[in-house]
Amino acid sequence: MVQNRFRDFLVKEFKHIIRDPRTLLIVILMPVLQLIIFGYVVSNEISDARIAIYDKSNDYLSQKLTQKLAASGYFLPVRNIKTDAEIDQAFKAGDVKLVIVYEPNFAENFIRNNKADVQIITDASEPNTASILANYAQAVITTFTNEQNNNGISANRLDIRSRMLYNEELKAVYMFVPGTMVLILMLITAMMTSISITREKELGTMEILLVSPLRPSQIIFGKVLPYISLAFFNTIIILLMGYTVFGLPLRGSLALLLLVCFIFILLALSLGILISTLSKTQAIAMFMSMFALMLPTILLSGFIFPIDNMPKVLQWLSLAMPPRWFLSALKTIMIKGEGFAYVWKEIAIMLGMTAFFLALSVKKFKVRLE
Amino acid sequence: MLPIVQLLILANAATQEMKNINLAVVDFDNSKTSRELINAFVNSPFYTIIPVKQSVNSAMDKVHNSQADAILVIEDDFEEKIVKSENVELQLLVNAINGTAASLINGYTSSIVAGYSAKIGIQNVEQFKPAIATKVRHWYNPELNYKLYMVPGILVILVTVVGMFLTALNIVREKELGTIEQINVTPIKRYQFIVGKLIPFWIIALFELAFGLLIARLVFNLTIAGSIPLLFGFASIYLLVALSGGLILSTAADNQQQVMFMSYFFMILFILMSGLFTSTESMPQWAQLFNKINPLYYFMDVNRMVILKGSNFADIKVQFGFISILALLTLTWAVLRYRKTSS
Repeated sequence: MVQNRFRDFLVKEFKHIIRDPRTLLIVILMPVLQLIIFGYVVSNEISDARIAIYDKSNDYLSQKLTQKLAASGYFLPVRNIKTDAEIDQAFKAGDVKLVIVYEPNFAENFIRNNKADVQIITDASEPNTASILANYAQAVITTFTNEQNNNGISANRLDIRSRMLYNEELKAVYMFVPGTMVLILMLITAMMTSISITREKELGTMEILLVSPLRPSQIIFGKVLPYISLAFFNTIIILLMGYTVFGLPLRGSLALLLLVCFIFILLALSLGILISTLSKTQAIAMFMSMFALMLPTILLSGFIFPIDNMPKVLQWLSLAMPPRWFLSALKTIMIKGEGFAYVWKEIAIMLGMTAFFLALSVKKFKVRLE
Repeated sequence: MLPIVQLLILANAATQEMKNINLAVVDFDNSKTSRELINAFVNSPFYTIIPVKQSVNSAMDKVHNSQADAILVIEDDFEEKIVKSENVELQLLVNAINGTAASLINGYTSSIVAGYSAKIGIQNVEQFKPAIATKVRHWYNPELNYKLYMVPGILVILVTVVGMFLTALNIVREKELGTIEQINVTPIKRYQFIVGKLIPFWIIALFELAFGLLIARLVFNLTIAGSIPLLFGFASIYLLVALSGGLILSTAADNQQQVMFMSYFFMILFILMSGLFTSTESMPQWAQLFNKINPLYYFMDVNRMVILKGSNFADIKVQFGFISILALLTLTWAVLRYRKTSS
């Protein structure tokens, strides 16, 4: 009897989701779309940056260097500038990102005085782009100087031979596939469950459920099971897409990877349940998930921005962010190809957090019922 | 209050400068010269030297468990070769899971080694050849402070989230509780209902922007280079788009979970495409085309232009035109979509 009742309740909850094709479509489309955006749109590579040339000299050498810059593929000279004031104008209108200024008598200074000056002025309102572009420009100019001197490499020098570990081609996919996974799992499990449970509370139907013969644990379990399946389904989609479309390697054990994903889903669920016990309305639940979970976890988990670069306080704070441990375990297993010995710490921390959140919500839940 | 906490945390977390590189040095030479080179790294504020045993494997172990970002290997004939003025090669192994960070680490390390090699005076024949001296100047943000770049971007997101989500949720909530039926039976006109719903959130969002700018001024010392009325003028038109967007979404949803989910979906899409972290110009053609209808793209752009560079109206008139058209379209759409009769 009890078993049947629970099964019926579960079926009802599944139907809730399936009868809402819009949400279902978004749930399935979202990871695909996010992977495409991260894979093709968000990149730090810069090519064909629009630049302006302020050539006070306009001789053969400055023209040659301008051609060299244009031929490098990094720069696209779109504008010639004639006065100092025009630089500011060009930047303010957002026409160009960088201005190259040649001093007067450029070629003459180069040959007679052995030294010609070029100024590189960047629009540093985008600091990263500015410093990358300035580096590119300097590199092109250095090569140009060496060519002019017809001398290849000097006699002896101290060289660095670099090897990029794990990711020889510096592909961004190594960051964004694990990152997308965190985003989607957090969204579906933590946010959706917290809202779906709060909804019953807000509409008053929770009390009806509570007076039914179903035990509270069964109600919660029935509520979250559909989301667990959805989340797991999405995990598989993301992994498959990462593997087939973007060529992300899976160097470690698949079973261990799925286990880690499953633990993280449980962790996110426990967070969702905790939020639902804390909030009275769906709007509050949503804002709590949105502001307290999504944005900081995206930014403090080391998904986009390396944790080591943050101020110390935020580094400590990131220790308390569940996705941080999940991401670290994911990368260790998938990309570094290590086994259990290297991720047991992450697994233990995630399990500990799950237990903590669950215990906290059980305590809060009881208080509310009394 | 929460948005302000967000602003403070996000602006500090969202940095792509490399400030702390954990470098494991495997020094097989262990000579005076090699220790001098290591000292060049010790003296740099960007590096922390991770102590390792004299073996590449034990250093690799540090990379595996993420204690070290990179390994520098100095061969045992390092000093000998330098004394004999032969070519010396150092090996650098970088954890490249994060490609951007890896190339920055590579760049920093190379420049420190180059600085060291210049210092110990490895013969540089090029000194007597003509050279082109480059001088780099970074305008508007000379110290390349990443926070100044992120704060206007984060403000855009905060204002949008507050505007769009609140509107959408508010109306769907009325639907859920059934109070919208009560409004529908009153003689209120469609546009009156919509204007009445929009204005409070419009004011809240603008207030949010003002408050955010104030905090940015106090905490990050971010001064607005351009005209404040211009900034708010643009923001108020932009908000019409965001709020109508929320309204349109609310007409398409039956409950708050749905509308929240849809808003989230569109937000993520628009935010990531808008160039919050990366320059939109290096995006593929189709993405740039998409951005023509992306309101966040315009506001992101204008916010940075006016706040950081002090652009004036003439500089942003194109964006102004586009956002006004978008505002007109979305408002009309919102009014048309809203029905007083429930299906």
